[in-house]
Amino acid sequence: MSVTTEQVRKTLARRYRAEKRFKAYGICAISIGLLALLLLFTDIIGKGYRAFYEYSVALQITFDPESLEIDDPRDLEQLQYGNYEAVVREALKARFPGVEGREDRRALTALVSTAAGYRLREMLENKPELLGQTHTLWLQLDDDADMFLKSSEAKRKTARLSDQQQTWVLELEQSNEVRAGFNHSLFTRGDSREPEQAGILGAILGSFFTMLVTLALSFPIGVAAAVYLEEFAPKNRFTDFIEVNINNLAAVPSIIFGLLGLAVFIGLFGMPRSVPLVGGLVLTLMTLPTIIISSRAAIKAVPPSIRQAAMGLGASKMQVVLQFVLPLALPGMLTGGIIGMAQALGETAPLLMIGMVAFIVELPTGAMDAATVLPVQVFLWASSPEQSFVTMTSAAIMVLMTFLITMNTLAVVMRKRLERRW
Amino acid sequence: MQTGQLLLILAAMIVTAFIMGRHRALQVAQPLGGIRHLRSLPFYYAMRSAIWCALPALIVLVFWLVFDQTLIRIMVLDSLPAELQPVDGAARNLMLSQIGNVASGALPRDFVDAAVANAAGRLNQLQSISAMAMAVVVIVLAMVGGAWAWLRVSARMPAREQVERVLLVIFMLCAVLAVVTTVGIVFSVLFESIRFFGQVPITDFLFGLNWSPQMALRADQVASEGAFGAVPLFAGTLLISAIALIVAVPVGLMSAIYLAEYAHSKVRSFAKPALEVLAGVPTVVYGFFAALTVAPFIRDVGQSLGLSVASESALAAGLVMGIMLIPFVSSLSDDVITAVPRAMRDASLGLGATRSETIKKVIFPAALPGIMGGILLAASRAIGETMIVVMAAGLAANLTANPLQAVTTITVQIVTLLTGDQEFDSAKTLAAFALGLMLFITTLLMNVVALHIVKKYREQYE
Repeated sequence: MSVTTEQVRKTLARRYRAEKRFKAYGICAISIGLLALLLLFTDIIGKGYRAFYEYSVALQITFDPESLEIDDPRDLEQLQYGNYEAVVREALKARFPGVEGREDRRALTALVSTAAGYRLREMLENKPELLGQTHTLWLQLDDDADMFLKSSEAKRKTARLSDQQQTWVLELEQSNEVRAGFNHSLFTRGDSREPEQAGILGAILGSFFTMLVTLALSFPIGVAAAVYLEEFAPKNRFTDFIEVNINNLAAVPSIIFGLLGLAVFIGLFGMPRSVPLVGGLVLTLMTLPTIIISSRAAIKAVPPSIRQAAMGLGASKMQVVLQFVLPLALPGMLTGGIIGMAQALGETAPLLMIGMVAFIVELPTGAMDAATVLPVQVFLWASSPEQSFVTMTSAAIMVLMTFLITMNTLAVVMRKRLERRW
Repeated sequence: MQTGQLLLILAAMIVTAFIMGRHRALQVAQPLGGIRHLRSLPFYYAMRSAIWCALPALIVLVFWLVFDQTLIRIMVLDSLPAELQPVDGAARNLMLSQIGNVASGALPRDFVDAAVANAAGRLNQLQSISAMAMAVVVIVLAMVGGAWAWLRVSARMPAREQVERVLLVIFMLCAVLAVVTTVGIVFSVLFESIRFFGQVPITDFLFGLNWSPQMALRADQVASEGAFGAVPLFAGTLLISAIALIVAVPVGLMSAIYLAEYAHSKVRSFAKPALEVLAGVPTVVYGFFAALTVAPFIRDVGQSLGLSVASESALAAGLVMGIMLIPFVSSLSDDVITAVPRAMRDASLGLGATRSETIKKVIFPAALPGIMGGILLAASRAIGETMIVVMAAGLAANLTANPLQAVTTITVQIVTLLTGDQEFDSAKTLAAFALGLMLFITTLLMNVVALHIVKKYREQYE
């Protein structure tokens, strides 16, 4: 055996150990990444699932004309100013007859959400004959009582309810007078200061209008720019300059686009703050580079033989591009577009700059109504101190992530299904 | 008339112009013996009519919409008597919003000065005039354009060439929009920054150690001038970005190497998309995770070890930002590693090197420039990342290198200075633009260098 072989053999064990170590580092790295993903999702789902149901309480509600201060249920003004709280108060008093004193009464009434009053008004508006009748109704609980019921035994001690309120709620729970049901208000309402009345519909609509503007502008413009750069642009310095610009814009921090929107759209053009139109414009500028880059890749993937064949048959350059290249590149462009839209949907920072952080209760009806978007709603709720808003935030994140994952999956499926390999 | 209705009318007119243009082309072709005697297909004549109908009208419409509010405001303010003329920007905004509220009926007329009420009336009047005039001008332009195109249709007209030329110009304008955006960014941050440096010397801003941008409410207040020394912000940004990179670079790089060189195809087909999901998580979600889960966890761990940890520690924000960057680093490194030619790998393995030796001694040095470029891009993202630090990092500008303390960053300060309604030219607002300029210049330089390195590297092996 030669000396070299001997030397190699001596070091072999050490080298194999190093090999194993290196591989272990790799496995560690992957595990860290996957663990982080798992942690993130379990944390958010663990915090958020409770927001999808809510507790309500069964109360014997009497639509008593005297306490309501309504004598004619068809008079809208009377309905508007009716004292619905008094009815709820009466019902609670009837349920807990032992409660005396102002403070205790107030604590008792605080268990039921103020939304109960609006619901009674709505019922009376729709069915005026209810006046004077008594019905058992399931009324929404206030968020503190709701959170108390949702928490585990151990956590109940730290709830934001007084001991007395806790005994009342426990009594209701034992006698099955509270029940959990699907939280409708989460998906049918705008923002609110009261967690149990707050919903994400306003933010979803705001996101929808913003995305509509973004899609309507960024996709056609992005495709047109990609077509120009890939098919028509002469190879000169100006074209190079445009390319460098696009590549750089793709890496510019998103908050800078917000500054641009603030200075140009709001400062210079005098557009209103907080509207989806301006948000959409800013996000268009932000997503354009992504869409241009992916569209160019899709155009580049169309083989030159197709262009040559079409040209050989006498098509002009523009006809070749519009009638042959574009249809073939469209699936790739659409995937790029969806990915760009997903990016825009999750974006928050530039929208903070143009004032989409306002507290807005009304549901937006168009791109010119003040609105907020889902990620900004997450941001707003995340800074609220109430425990229930933490749950709501996680729920909003779950909805947002569902949209994003759907969009990304759609992009992947489309790429697999439609993209042709040449 | 509403803009939406106007657009609908315009759309209908464009469709009509298209149909009539086509009809006219066919009519012209008939006595000549069919459309083969036309210079272009009837479709192009139709398109030409539609373009003539649409383009001038749309251009005017866009300019009108962009500038009419500004003009109306100036005219309304001019109509106010001299003693009510606002003196500065803030008063001007206040006056405008007051007039606007009276005009929309939100504020009763008797609540305000008679002159303001008159101005509100004038605002309403001007707005309805503007809307009417816009509708008339746009419709007339569309009609004239469409009619002119219709009249000019002839067998020898090169309709296709004309249409294609217009399309080409439109395509080119779309591509130039990228340049316009860059120019817009540069000018919007530059102008406001120059105004800011007029109030605060640039040396104070770049080298000052004290950042407290509160402006005085009264002129005689103690410490009435805010301090705008940005060094603590730069330091904080660097600290958090450094923590993020310390997490993201080894983890991202090793995952890329493992996935590219070792992993079984089944593992890869599962792990790669999973890591990509991490890339698709919105930053606001990471921010929430950092602020409500990671930061309290780190604080509790620190307290049990007897360390004092701020509840908004740089460590929490940096860690979570690192997690965010893992897939970014990993996918960039993956591109670079797989681009190293097969021959180099095979040669090294053939000489008896183990896989890890091949990676460390052959692939890694070959891929190093590309990896450096990727890291630079990741660093530029870390510096510009906003939501995580806004939610999880502090507001107080501490100049410290201790990752357990709270620090603040450039982006956090931009957001805090600009959210909420503010007058547009206080030093506070302008400072945000100056910070934006710094951020833009830094990230731009890093990107240019990184993209250059990556491009050069790619060319080397192509």
